[in-house]
Amino acid sequence: MASVERTDPAPSAPAVTGNVLSRLRQGGLADLAVGLVVPVTLLLAWEVAGRAGWISTKLLPAPSTVLAAIATLVESGELWTHVWATLWRVLVGFGLGVAAGTAIGALTGYSTLARRLLDPTIQALRNIPSIAWVPLFILWFGIFETSKVLLIAVGVFFPVYLNLASAIHDVDRKLVEVARVYRYNGWQMVTRVLLPAALPTYVIGLRSGLGLGWMFVVAAEIMGASEGLGYLLVDGQMSGRTPVILGSITLFAILGKMTDLALARATAPLAAWQDGFKGKG
Amino acid sequence: MLRLTDVAKRYANGYLALSGISLGVGRGDILALVGGSGCGKSTLLRLVSGLDQPTGGLVELDGSPVTGPRPDIAVVFQEPRLMPWLKIADNVAFGLTGVRRAEKYQLVADALERVGLTRFATALPRQLSGGMAQRVALARALVTRPKVLLLDEPFSALDALTRADLQDHLVDVWSGYPPEERPTLVLVTHDIDEALVLADRVVVLAGNPGRVHVEEAVILSRQGRRDDERLPALRTRLLEALRAAQRAGQDARREEPGPAPSPSFREQPA
Repeated sequence: MASVERTDPAPSAPAVTGNVLSRLRQGGLADLAVGLVVPVTLLLAWEVAGRAGWISTKLLPAPSTVLAAIATLVESGELWTHVWATLWRVLVGFGLGVAAGTAIGALTGYSTLARRLLDPTIQALRNIPSIAWVPLFILWFGIFETSKVLLIAVGVFFPVYLNLASAIHDVDRKLVEVARVYRYNGWQMVTRVLLPAALPTYVIGLRSGLGLGWMFVVAAEIMGASEGLGYLLVDGQMSGRTPVILGSITLFAILGKMTDLALARATAPLAAWQDGFKGKG
Repeated sequence: MLRLTDVAKRYANGYLALSGISLGVGRGDILALVGGSGCGKSTLLRLVSGLDQPTGGLVELDGSPVTGPRPDIAVVFQEPRLMPWLKIADNVAFGLTGVRRAEKYQLVADALERVGLTRFATALPRQLSGGMAQRVALARALVTRPKVLLLDEPFSALDALTRADLQDHLVDVWSGYPPEERPTLVLVTHDIDEALVLADRVVVLAGNPGRVHVEEAVILSRQGRRDDERLPALRTRLLEALRAAQRAGQDARREEPGPAPSPSFREQPA
């Protein structure tokens, strides 16, 4: 983080936007380089250990073997089918979960009556382990896409709901009072005070929601699927192909990281106003 | 004309915060409400703003009763209370709901110029010092052209120099309007000097329950008031009145051991 400076201007001058943006870009590249140090070192050590015969390549194939397995899947065109199936499920489930979590979270955050009515039930449902839903969802919605997407939506719903509802509930009473002085109605209060104030916490909810979405897609695909990265995991296990299993795990890591990065980038402007600590040197 | 007639406020816990308050403030006048902590001066301001309702008596502005927040009454709080996610110009425009964009732009530009913060229009609140933020709060309150501007210890959180600057600034901004357009200012403060520098009239409140102890007109020119030779005598007289009011409040508390007042009336749930 050494090269990332706080770009806040002194109180005497407003921000020079262009300059800030270019600095952020440089900081982003340096961050990326720093973030790659640990994984690259680990991969090299693993490769060396495999080739030197210090570890069993049957149980833990070297990175090059895993890469070759992925390459084979790419060549046969099979990989894209699996990646696309999984990605599609996650994205649609995420969208549904976010929509429901946002609507109900805003409602219970704003209305005391709605909170008293709904929150205890939602908190109870939240504690059910994800896998426990699978048999029920398969019975209710069939073994195809509907049950999988809905299972993911359930996983995404809770962190989004929880973060938004508690963020709205905790919005500074003093700011709400200013809006009362100007006779804001309920809708104006929600859209112009409560939601903007809650956005930074809401974004955290979105990101944990997406993370849970990736966990739930594996649960859904392991329980029964004919395509997807989760299917690839099971298939690798059945056919004893460890490189395929490790390849799927790697792809989960890459896809999860990439979607989280995209989400973080897309939502960064929403919380830009926060005057936070942002880490030490 | 802002008029309070026999206003009382009793909280749900039974505590009587204000009793028998009757006051009149003429259009364009500056009234200071002075009193020790817990005398109910902030509670009184909340009743005038319409944020809270009196449990007895009547608050009227130009003959119509104040039953809730209304567009012709604006408030500046002790803290700036700016929306941290809005640029300064948008913070100033916060109260301009239902105003057309072009007109809004003009009003905001005018208000920012009055408080001397035009070049900070696109800055965020966190980039401003405490004094500047409070000037933005003043601009936000004035931009809706209120008849009455209520100020609840608006400078008490600032350092002494900034406070004096802002007091002068407030008078400048207020004098910047033509006399017939000047808002009525009601200033709550615990600072006698602040009351004396700003107000035409000072009302000293006694506590338990909050009531008017004494009223004192400040018949001094606004220009060079800080250096006026009659100021020290007036200050001494008000300070004595304030001490007497506080004694009266303490005696009342001893005689009538009702439920204790909460540490801050502003923390009372609405």
